Amino acid sequence: MSGDALIQGGHVVDPSAALGATLDLRVRDGRIVELGANLAPGADDALIDASGLVVAPGFVDLHTHLRVPGEEHKETMASGTAAAARGGFTTVCAMPNTQPPVDTPAMVASVLDAARGADARVLPIAAVTVGRNGRELAELAALRDAGAVAVSDDGDAVADTGVARRAFEYLADLDIPLAEHCEDPLLSGGGVMHDGVVSARLGLRGQPTLAELSIVERDIALAEASGAALHCCHLSTAAALDAVDRARSRGLRVTAEVTPHHLWLDHAAVAGCGEELRYDTAAKVNPPLRTRADVEACIDALAAGVVDAVATDHAPHAAPDKHCEFDAAAFGISGLESAWSVVGSLVASGRLTLTQAIARLTIGPVEAWGLDRRTTHDGEDLRGLGTLQIGAPGDLALLAPEVQTIIDPARWASRGKHTPLAGQQLSGVVAATILRGRLVWDGRAAL
Amino acid sequence: MVTEQIAPQYEGPPQVAAHTATWRHRHLLDVDSLERGEIERVLETARAMQEVLARPVARTPALRGVIVCNLFYEASTRTRASFELAGKVLGADVINVSAGGSSVEKGESLVDTVKTIAAVGADVVIIRHPASGAPYLIAQTIDSHVINAGDGQHAHPTQALLDAFILHDAFGRLDGRRVVIVGDMLHSRVARSNLWALTRLGAEVTLVAPRPLLPAWLARGGEEREHPLALPNVSCDSDLDRAIVGADAVMALRIQRERMRGALLPSAAEYARRYQLTAERVARAAPHAVVMHPGPMNEGVEIASEVAHGAQSRIEAQVSAGLAIRMAVLFLLVRGVS
Repeated sequence: MSGDALIQGGHVVDPSAALGATLDLRVRDGRIVELGANLAPGADDALIDASGLVVAPGFVDLHTHLRVPGEEHKETMASGTAAAARGGFTTVCAMPNTQPPVDTPAMVASVLDAARGADARVLPIAAVTVGRNGRELAELAALRDAGAVAVSDDGDAVADTGVARRAFEYLADLDIPLAEHCEDPLLSGGGVMHDGVVSARLGLRGQPTLAELSIVERDIALAEASGAALHCCHLSTAAALDAVDRARSRGLRVTAEVTPHHLWLDHAAVAGCGEELRYDTAAKVNPPLRTRADVEACIDALAAGVVDAVATDHAPHAAPDKHCEFDAAAFGISGLESAWSVVGSLVASGRLTLTQAIARLTIGPVEAWGLDRRTTHDGEDLRGLGTLQIGAPGDLALLAPEVQTIIDPARWASRGKHTPLAGQQLSGVVAATILRGRLVWDGRAAL
Repeated sequence: MVTEQIAPQYEGPPQVAAHTATWRHRHLLDVDSLERGEIERVLETARAMQEVLARPVARTPALRGVIVCNLFYEASTRTRASFELAGKVLGADVINVSAGGSSVEKGESLVDTVKTIAAVGADVVIIRHPASGAPYLIAQTIDSHVINAGDGQHAHPTQALLDAFILHDAFGRLDGRRVVIVGDMLHSRVARSNLWALTRLGAEVTLVAPRPLLPAWLARGGEEREHPLALPNVSCDSDLDRAIVGADAVMALRIQRERMRGALLPSAAEYARRYQLTAERVARAAPHAVVMHPGPMNEGVEIASEVAHGAQSRIEAQVSAGLAIRMAVLFLLVRGVS
């Protein structure tokens, strides 16, 4: 499962160490053992030419829907982790809203079993409540001990404030965050897109900005009262980001992620830009694509470090789930294989530095959840995850940040082919991905 | 007027003015995409259709051999009946498919249903569906002409066109005329389509409703109004007694009972007190003002019976105009391309 490799001649960027230099990097038995100029190849080293490429720590996704178990027609462990590898992600945190949900230690173990030998390291997230019912707490300590790195009822908020309060109190002693899907169902009211000018034009029910803000503000208060850690999933509004900024400046344990689609597209993507209106179900996602001002706020918050991580919210669906009426279509965008192209485009346009961009995909998410303090169920010590420090896992993303690419889901490994980014020309390609010293994606020949 | 004969004379074709321009739309999905001249052409064509309807035998073979399918996923009386009759007056073969009693009940998807309908040879599919945007999905899926007969909360183009027809009848050109629309703007496909039709024809529109039934961004104003996808610029008012003063036309929308459940409104009685078109309120409008309602009405809620059936009411005229407008739309889509 692990390998020996010598990655030669790349521009090595490790935001955790403020490192940016042309160096060779050696991985032995799946862990980084040496960084230096012109390292001599060892007998068993696989030689990987990284000249002209940026060598970064493998990306860590805090928010991936692998659909396993129960919805293998949308994604399988093989297709989902292959998609991760193509996207530069070597670690993905798998959301528990599967069929059935991951709400018992046995279910956590089954996800870990299914992921053994996959093209990415899978860290399970478990449900907060039994069956994601929002009423009774799942066995949170046992879930953590079985390998859950966070708990979340993602897809829904823990809407009952009394239940949410007890969940935070209980988690205060467990050192795992509650990853909240910040949507007040009483305010979002069945909305299928952002409540604003475009929803009014299309006659679609809207989710107001307030639906996100309401849960974020509530959870900040609950996290403060309990001392537990709150992680805000996929924030999409300027108002919620501002609330998180204020909470963090008061020193609270609040972390946050934004998705690539919320960093790039606004609600106009639902209607299209042509003369003829469209109802593009590929742009149907929850939280919905918001206004341009919200997109700008997401970028600013990411650059400023108010947001710790870019997380994909990779949500693959089968064709019939999307080829239907907009109201009936599933929420979700497949994001693993285009994430770096979006973030790379923000670098190309000068909105992020390369170091910031890589940080929010590596050390940012790792530190947000303390993943580097954990040892996996297979006994893998995650010390150094998201960095290129000596002893860290030999996980690398080889990036070509300035290479232009046209997003073409037909060529993806993921079974989910739906993205409103299809056909867009973006800047940034993942040239190769190395997991524990083993090449799991190699697209260098196509560059 | 130059006329073109579009079918053999045996029952007499509609006397439709010849246009040098072809009708450029394959479908009627919304009013947004119609230019002013195109709306006026529909109204003109509808006038020719009224002439056909006034004949002793109201039949013309203009669409003989054309198969029209009424595909209705929601209950409808006037729209469905008038589309069916419009097709028959024009000599088309009309088939009716409703969600009850079809494969839809067996769980067939909309996409599969319309593919089946296209496969049996429907040239025109007229769709009424509870999901906004459903007609767009159909237009993408099959080659037939698609007419939107009401989709969710989005659009009801033929209703807006017939409303414009009534107003045109009353006033001629609508430039500078003030139309007040009272009711649930947020959920009304009729109001949404009327916004486009009336503003394109030069009318000034004021929407009147309690705040929860107005789109927040529209009531608030601000820069979102400048968004390229925004609805046409209209004014909003929550005070009907103020907004109605001097209006040339007042249109009441149906208030749906389920709005009370969602706490969008306190009660039908409270709504009636503040927003019902009463004789007293209509008296504040211009003396020549006309009163309209797309139906079906809740008499005693959004409109008083005496107003609904009074001298200024055009509500019955709306129903008969609907037939002429739907004939015009069918004719233009199928035969308007020269």
